[in-house]
Amino acid sequence: MFSGFMVNAWEVASIVAVVAGLVGFFVVLRGSAFVAHAVPNGSFAGAAGAVLIGANTLVGLGVFSLLGALGIGVLGRRGRHDVVTALALAMMLGLGALFLSFSVEYAPEVESLLFGEVLGISSNELAPTAVLALVCVAAIVALYRPLMLSSVLAEVGEARGVSGFRMELCFLAVVALASTMTVPVVGTLLIFSLMIGAPAAARHLTDRPLVAMALSVAIALMTVWSAIAASYETNYPVGFFVGTIGAGAYALGRGWGAWRRRAGTPLPSQT
Amino acid sequence: MSGALASLLAPVIEPGFFSSEDVRVAILVGAVVAIVSGTVGVFTVMRGQSFAGEALGDINTTGGSAALLAGVAPLWGFVVVGVVAAAAMDLIGIQRPRGRDLATGIVLGVGLGVAALLLYLVTTLRNTTGATVTILFGSVFTVPASTLPLVALLGAAALAIVALLYRPLLLSSVSAEMAAARGIPVRALGAAYLLAMAVAVALAAFTIGTILSTALLVGPAASALRLTRRPGLAIAVAAAIGIAAMWLGELLAYDSFYWPPVGTGQPVGTGWPVSFFVVTLIFLAYLCSGLPALLRRRSGAG
Repeated sequence: MFSGFMVNAWEVASIVAVVAGLVGFFVVLRGSAFVAHAVPNGSFAGAAGAVLIGANTLVGLGVFSLLGALGIGVLGRRGRHDVVTALALAMMLGLGALFLSFSVEYAPEVESLLFGEVLGISSNELAPTAVLALVCVAAIVALYRPLMLSSVLAEVGEARGVSGFRMELCFLAVVALASTMTVPVVGTLLIFSLMIGAPAAARHLTDRPLVAMALSVAIALMTVWSAIAASYETNYPVGFFVGTIGAGAYALGRGWGAWRRRAGTPLPSQT
Repeated sequence: MSGALASLLAPVIEPGFFSSEDVRVAILVGAVVAIVSGTVGVFTVMRGQSFAGEALGDINTTGGSAALLAGVAPLWGFVVVGVVAAAAMDLIGIQRPRGRDLATGIVLGVGLGVAALLLYLVTTLRNTTGATVTILFGSVFTVPASTLPLVALLGAAALAIVALLYRPLLLSSVSAEMAAARGIPVRALGAAYLLAMAVAVALAAFTIGTILSTALLVGPAASALRLTRRPGLAIAVAAAIGIAAMWLGELLAYDSFYWPPVGTGQPVGTGWPVSFFVVTLIFLAYLCSGLPALLRRRSGAG
């Protein structure tokens, strides 16, 4: 399980989990679950298109997730945000269906793109993943204070000159980058589980943002590691395990939080 | 005479469009599904539950693949799993505005995870590689005529729920507080509505594919609500937009048989996917529905 080609899988998946845990913290904080679902999901079309014209899948994923994220950000300014997200997602997936219908030999790869194929990670995916991860983490660190402010107290942020709209666009771009690197590992449909389950569980355990972020990363790492191990043993798609383990972590976190509240122990930040 | 007319229309409507049994079924199913989606969708948009609609659609992938695995009609799988998922979302707390997206997301994550497993099992056990694409992206032309009664029955059920609850549902969608103050059981109403939505989404998923179904639910309704503020009229407009998108999409897909690249379609020998046209037309309708307001703002400013 830890030899040869599997080393790549462990390394790439660990990087992915760290980024998903960090970005996911803000996804949960901002209540952007829908966008975090739509962006990676829609980028599926990019992968299908890239295969069609013989380009690198990562490039296709990157272009489509960025376009989708910015499109949702700009269109969502006028119309209702959730409606725009739903329609943009459907439009991108529709394009994906079209690209898919053009390429005959592509069909078996659809599933690995949608649901992840961790055994298919090759060593030449390691470098781009690492670079994208560094960019993501750097962006989160650079944006940390203004993003925090506009997520928690949007009005105060506006008053201090932090444009909510600009922050939204920056944040969406980070989500797009994160999904680009995550797609090949857990698939377009399941990234979202990783970006939601772990940070949502973490939020029930602590109110302090930095501790929550660290916890979120730790839970995401555990989720991915156990998912890969289980996928390796059973040969079932890794997305299945990520989805169910992620939800299980959330249920445990929520139960633990509720139990502590009932027991009367306040959360750490309230002491 | 009709021969002359047919040859005149040939460049627009491929000959044989109306004489094909598949097309007739597709036109009927498209109309029923568009009406149901438009009606239910207006409330979905008003209540801000697009994400729930999207999640129910995606989770239907689980139902579709389970039905394939069990060898029953996919529509049953869509409906059963959709209703179960709606109940789960309701239990976790989809009714609260805060954390609602999170509850939806968690249920969606589990649903998709199970879908991944079931699709894997379908492809390995049944040896049908096309199943994934069919479930996810759908094809209204492959709907068998025998499912028409079931489609009509489910559609009527969803419409009946909305019709019975029309007034209180409208009030609670506009202002939950006001509805609660008047003694309307908002929570139970929300659950009943979620049930209607699950059925509507199942029908849409059956027609244009599980991950595209939100387009039909949300798109026409959102466009209609940008054109008129009156809910009754919005429902009629949404149904009309939905029907237009379905029918035009079906026509274009039928025509696209001879469009490039010829003969590469999947399954080989078909044209461009009909769901692509439907979704694109709905998206265009939504973009165009913003024009009147935009023009008004322009002229107001100038």
